[in-house]
Amino acid sequence: MDFVTQHPVLVVSLIKIVIALFVVMTALAYLTWFERKVVARIQSRWGPYWVGPHGLLQPLADGIKFLFKEDVVPPASDKVTYLLAPFLALSLALTTLALIPIGPATIKFLGQSTQLVISHSSVALILLFAISSIGVYGVALAGWSSNSKYPLLGGLRSSAQMISYEVSLTLSVVGVLLLAGSLDFYDIVGGQSGHWGHFLPKWHVFPQFLGFICYLTAAIAETNRVPFDLPEAETELVAGFHTEYSSFKFAMFFMAEYANMITVSCLATLLFLGGWLSPFPSALTPDSPWRWQLYLPAAGLIIGGIALIIGGLRSVQWNAKAVFPILGIICIGVGYLCTWSAVMPVIQGPFWFLGKVFLLLFFYVWARGTLPRFRYDQLMAFGWKFLLPLSLINLVATGLVVVLRLHS
Amino acid sequence: MSVAMLVFFACGIVAVLGAIGLILAREPVHSALSLVLVMVALAVLYLLLGAAFIAAIQILVYAGAIMVLFIFVIMLLNAGVEVRTNLSRLARWVGVPLAILFLVEMAYAMVREYGTRTALAAGGSVAAPVTASTRALSMEIFTKFVLPFELTSILILIAILGALVLAKKDI
Repeated sequence: MDFVTQHPVLVVSLIKIVIALFVVMTALAYLTWFERKVVARIQSRWGPYWVGPHGLLQPLADGIKFLFKEDVVPPASDKVTYLLAPFLALSLALTTLALIPIGPATIKFLGQSTQLVISHSSVALILLFAISSIGVYGVALAGWSSNSKYPLLGGLRSSAQMISYEVSLTLSVVGVLLLAGSLDFYDIVGGQSGHWGHFLPKWHVFPQFLGFICYLTAAIAETNRVPFDLPEAETELVAGFHTEYSSFKFAMFFMAEYANMITVSCLATLLFLGGWLSPFPSALTPDSPWRWQLYLPAAGLIIGGIALIIGGLRSVQWNAKAVFPILGIICIGVGYLCTWSAVMPVIQGPFWFLGKVFLLLFFYVWARGTLPRFRYDQLMAFGWKFLLPLSLINLVATGLVVVLRLHS
Repeated sequence: MSVAMLVFFACGIVAVLGAIGLILAREPVHSALSLVLVMVALAVLYLLLGAAFIAAIQILVYAGAIMVLFIFVIMLLNAGVEVRTNLSRLARWVGVPLAILFLVEMAYAMVREYGTRTALAAGGSVAAPVTASTRALSMEIFTKFVLPFELTSILILIAILGALVLAKKDI
């Protein structure tokens, strides 16, 4: 007990890490389910259906399968580096999430006040880029240490691609930094509060639309996803850098990719889409006409719960008939909880933040379902000859506007 | 021992081990990775000194960009295991004495610095550690040190042009 009272920061951080790890791991698992379902719908299929109602237990089945598969280490591989690569990829991808705040600077819950972030730093943005920039090692080393032709080619491609697009990614964000004047996420989001002409929120996406487009494109390339998934182009490279990986090491690369996806979506939300701010005018004063928005999380949950009950009862699958109504009742219960005056203000920030992140993730999956893959030389030409000049133009224009505004 | 001291010694040991690994590793990729380890350990030391921005830039530029390019080139050239010669005559008669001289000098400087520090601490006149904010740092760079800063960017530009000329000889 002595230790707990002496190191309150450490203990609180540990609790937050445990909760965040659990939530993120579950989110990663269900992101794969979500992606398979959405892509299946785009291609007029059903996707996973038979493991659990509507395939809801598919991620669990996949996880167990990965754990029990034989773990093959190629005899010609460089053992230490071979083992290090998936560990680096996943741990770095998860570390970046520690820097991302999902709600306002201080929240009060049951008399305790805390921050909805694991680690607050005044240079959080640069730190996040720094950690994710080492993530390249996971892919490059996996390709090299496998000591095999296809992984080496995949590793080379991905290092080249990630270095190239990292330049555009960082430059597209500098425009936002110029407007915000800070590297702290709280300041960046705080600067986006308010409205232009009472209806358009002052999010950076509107003045920085060019930067936002550059960021989204570069972010897809950075996370090695379609249409920029050259490192693992299966038609030419078998599976790219992770060809020789099996069992849970393969799963670690897979999870790292999805964790990176979540990170870049969170970053886009914080920098361009106003973070945890609501798109509607403030409802904090008691007589505001916008107070109804405080009930949106509860309303969403209750409507979702009712839809689950009705959908479950009408389903032809017996397990869906049994499970979905129960899930629906839980949803309605949580929705009712969200109307309590103790919970309602706390839930607002995370609700908007996670909603925006979810929309961006859907955009990612949508892009994967619709776009064909680039050719390698097209990819490099696009990155260096189109995206980089575009983000530079955006940077110069933003700098000019900021300087002119300072002097007028 | 405080937590800061613990972190300091852990990072110091990791940095030294990484530096030794850099020299002793026979596989070029292992050498490069050891160097990355040294850089990350140094970044944590900067963080301990309160220079979060410098620490982040250290990782972003050195570990995240320059060393990735190193490893990229090693992979591209597919460099084999290093051939090791025994100490050559030059290394034996010039290198080893110089290395010993350097180590002795470092040790002497550290002992002397420690003596003056303890004397100052006894007198109570050691400056408080400063927390370097990003704003203060950029003010220094863009006002006091603006000429060296611009000269550095010109130097880098020349290096880029040189690389281009070397890569495309028929321009």
